[in-house]
Amino acid sequence: MRQDELRTSNFEVRSSWLLALLLVAVVGVPHAGAQSADERFLATLGELREASFPDKEAIVERLSGTNHPRVRSALTAFLDDRLYSRVSDQKIFIVKSSDDSLSSLELIDPLSLQDAGSSARDGLDKIGTNNRLRKVLKTAVARFDLSSADPAVRLAAVTEVLRSLDDATIALLRQRFGVETDAGVKAEIDTGLALVALDGSDRKSRLDAIAALARKLRPEVRNRLASLIETSSDGSFVEQDEGVRRAAADAMRSIDRWRTFYSGIETLFFGLSLGSVLVLVAIGLAITFGVMGVINMAHGELMMLGAYTTYVVQLAMPGHIGVSILVAIPAAFLVAGGAGVILERTIIRFLYGRPLETLLATFGVSLVLQQLVRSVFSANNRSVETPAFMSGTLQFNEALALTYNRMYIVVFTLTVFAILLAVLKRTRLGLDIRAVSQNRAMARAMGVRSEWVDALTFGLGAGIAGVAGVALSQLTNVGPNLGQAYIIDSFMVVVFGGVGNLWGTMIGGLSMGIVNQLLEPYAGAVLAKILVLIALIMFIQRRPRGLFPQTGRAAEGVS
Amino acid sequence: MNEDRRSIVEDRGGFAFLALLAAAAILVPVLNRAVPAGSPLHLSTYALTLIGKYMCYAMLALAVDLIWGYCGILSLGHAAFFSLGGYAMGMYLMRQIGPRGVYGDPVLPDFMVFLNWKSLPWFWLGFDRFWFALAMMALVPALLALIFGWLAFRSRVTGVYLSIMTQALSYALMLAFFRNDMGFGGNNGFTDFKDLLGFDLHEDGTRVALVSATAVALALSFLACRAIVASRAGRVIRAIRDAESRTRFLGYRVESYKLWIFIFSAVIAGAAGALYVPQVGIINPSEFAPINSIEVVIWVAVGGRGTLYGAAAGAVLVNYAKTFFTGALPEVWLYALGALFVLVTLFLPRGLMGLVPAGVRAE
Repeated sequence: MRQDELRTSNFEVRSSWLLALLLVAVVGVPHAGAQSADERFLATLGELREASFPDKEAIVERLSGTNHPRVRSALTAFLDDRLYSRVSDQKIFIVKSSDDSLSSLELIDPLSLQDAGSSARDGLDKIGTNNRLRKVLKTAVARFDLSSADPAVRLAAVTEVLRSLDDATIALLRQRFGVETDAGVKAEIDTGLALVALDGSDRKSRLDAIAALARKLRPEVRNRLASLIETSSDGSFVEQDEGVRRAAADAMRSIDRWRTFYSGIETLFFGLSLGSVLVLVAIGLAITFGVMGVINMAHGELMMLGAYTTYVVQLAMPGHIGVSILVAIPAAFLVAGGAGVILERTIIRFLYGRPLETLLATFGVSLVLQQLVRSVFSANNRSVETPAFMSGTLQFNEALALTYNRMYIVVFTLTVFAILLAVLKRTRLGLDIRAVSQNRAMARAMGVRSEWVDALTFGLGAGIAGVAGVALSQLTNVGPNLGQAYIIDSFMVVVFGGVGNLWGTMIGGLSMGIVNQLLEPYAGAVLAKILVLIALIMFIQRRPRGLFPQTGRAAEGVS
Repeated sequence: MNEDRRSIVEDRGGFAFLALLAAAAILVPVLNRAVPAGSPLHLSTYALTLIGKYMCYAMLALAVDLIWGYCGILSLGHAAFFSLGGYAMGMYLMRQIGPRGVYGDPVLPDFMVFLNWKSLPWFWLGFDRFWFALAMMALVPALLALIFGWLAFRSRVTGVYLSIMTQALSYALMLAFFRNDMGFGGNNGFTDFKDLLGFDLHEDGTRVALVSATAVALALSFLACRAIVASRAGRVIRAIRDAESRTRFLGYRVESYKLWIFIFSAVIAGAAGALYVPQVGIINPSEFAPINSIEVVIWVAVGGRGTLYGAAAGAVLVNYAKTFFTGALPEVWLYALGALFVLVTLFLPRGLMGLVPAGVRAE
């Protein structure tokens, strides 16, 4: 982390130096003021070399008062025992790492923060610290970070400070609390100050503190409150004041309620994201199976083609992972859709009205596609990188953090679903598709080229399978067996939702995901899945046409 | 329509099939035991096991053909019945190992000792007796078929829906058997069998007897299936295949017919699995994999459904091709199998038996 900071600031420094050089070249006069501030900074650092510990404290205070941009990195290095002076010229340097295993240390210039060669260990003197000085340094660094313009840095600083509080840092937090504008940072400081107040002797402020803590979800807070209502070994309460005990117990109950609430939200969200994956893998099938009545066992392999397309696009665009995902979506749609059209034209069109035969033939196709991928890419899994904007978590509070990739899946599924609905309901192609699926003969009589519509419908379903493959490449291993893992799930979703009904697929998939996720804590992942499957089998016995059965004339065309 | 009501002597295909099986049951022991190892006519243990395996597959194909070819029920979960029969046999064989296991426990199979189990789970009791295991090999698949079929047929789940349900059933069972705490050896299943009814499974003599027994079982299954389809009930079953609603309106209890033929088919599949396990020496949850069930359907489709012996022939042919390809050209096998699926469904809707002129099959 620190290395990274150094590297990025290095880069900034380099560019600002370039700028300075340019200025010198253009104006011809160096910037006199800046020069002297740097010199003062270096001189003050130099004083550290021979100062006593009390003197060092004074120097640190002076340094933090100067506002020089390099003070923070110097103090951080000092705190980590990485500040050295070179014996030969008595210059002060930061070392990259002072690990004991290193015989020579790499130096960094404290002013430019650029590499300044290296030196043997015995050519360097460490600038020593003691506990008291370290405390001062910590406070100084915390003060720097607390006044940073970036709320994330401030938040990290508060968290860091909360770990070991003392009078100086408490004073710092109080001072910051008055001027802090960011709500998250302010709440964090509030927690810290309340924890401090709990240790005080004033009853009123302790009760206030407990009331404030009742809304905080950090585990530390709950532990601290729990310690207030503990009994010691002889059965007497550790905390003498009954009012405080009662308040603490209430606060804990409130915290527990909130935590349960947030974990409920989290489960719901996990279920929703799992359900979204199910919807995404099933939605292409909802077209080919639901609208056309074709049992496409190669559906999983079309997804696999989409996933491999992502892999290939990523190979073709090294260094642009984020963009490559966006390129992969249309590419996968075209690849899988093209494969689908070919499949329809060469095989499936001869088998309309014979669903069981279609099942067998497309299963054969799926075997061929799997082996094709094995021949071209080898049987090993390929790794597809996740772009930076999809990794990480969105932290709502201490109890609720949602990962970005799951959120993207939900959003992505909704988008694909919306586009598909729009295509079916708002375009000419959609009109043709619906017309042919409802009454082929009549559609033909009205001049719809049903053959073409069939091919395009199948291509559309296959293309969406490819798009689902792009999403799957971010979730699981990309390998020849990728499709098989999802084919049964996707059929179950379509059958559960009701064949020929996109909304049924949506609701069916989401509810299957949520039920699965709700069962998981009690039954374990595998058993939860088995239970869902069995529940589905039972459900289909009760309602053979799914959640939202097709009615009217179209219903007779399917199955 | 009368084709299936002829006696077996008039049915050339069926007669040839039975003759082949009789030859296998007699020739296999002779060629393996009596012909010296150096002779070109000698049948190696490897070939022997293959023949036994193929005949088990043929039995499974027969079971699928009975319900698919004659009743129109496309089951994509017959591997589940096959595996359940196999597991029942496996449990008996595991109990026979006794104290000869790696851990030497007199009662508990190795994997239970490994999992720190103290006593046999209740569902393992009785499996040390062959007659009990034998009953379970038939009863367990039958019970599953009964429950599933009763629910499915009564609520008139048909066609593709039924196929997907059977597939999901098999998939759920596979996931369940993969779990260690199910008590069926989890991932590894059962293996390292020692003996069957006191005969050492590694002896050629036992293997020969198993192959002959399989040939007999296959012949009996064939005759039983043939008797069913030739009976009055068989005609109702074919009527259900061709026009289910009409049959129902004519007053037949369609659900009952479907249920009983489904159960009978499951029992044959279970018996095939039970014969399969001692010959290959292992049973594990991957036998439940949906792809296995689909492969069975392909054997039947290749051979030609609705002929029974055609299904058996398809099973042997496809599996022979599989053995050949996976040995000689492993890369090509899936291409070949995939192409076979496509070509057969597109161009040979009646399978290879469709190629044989009707006049040759029956005069």
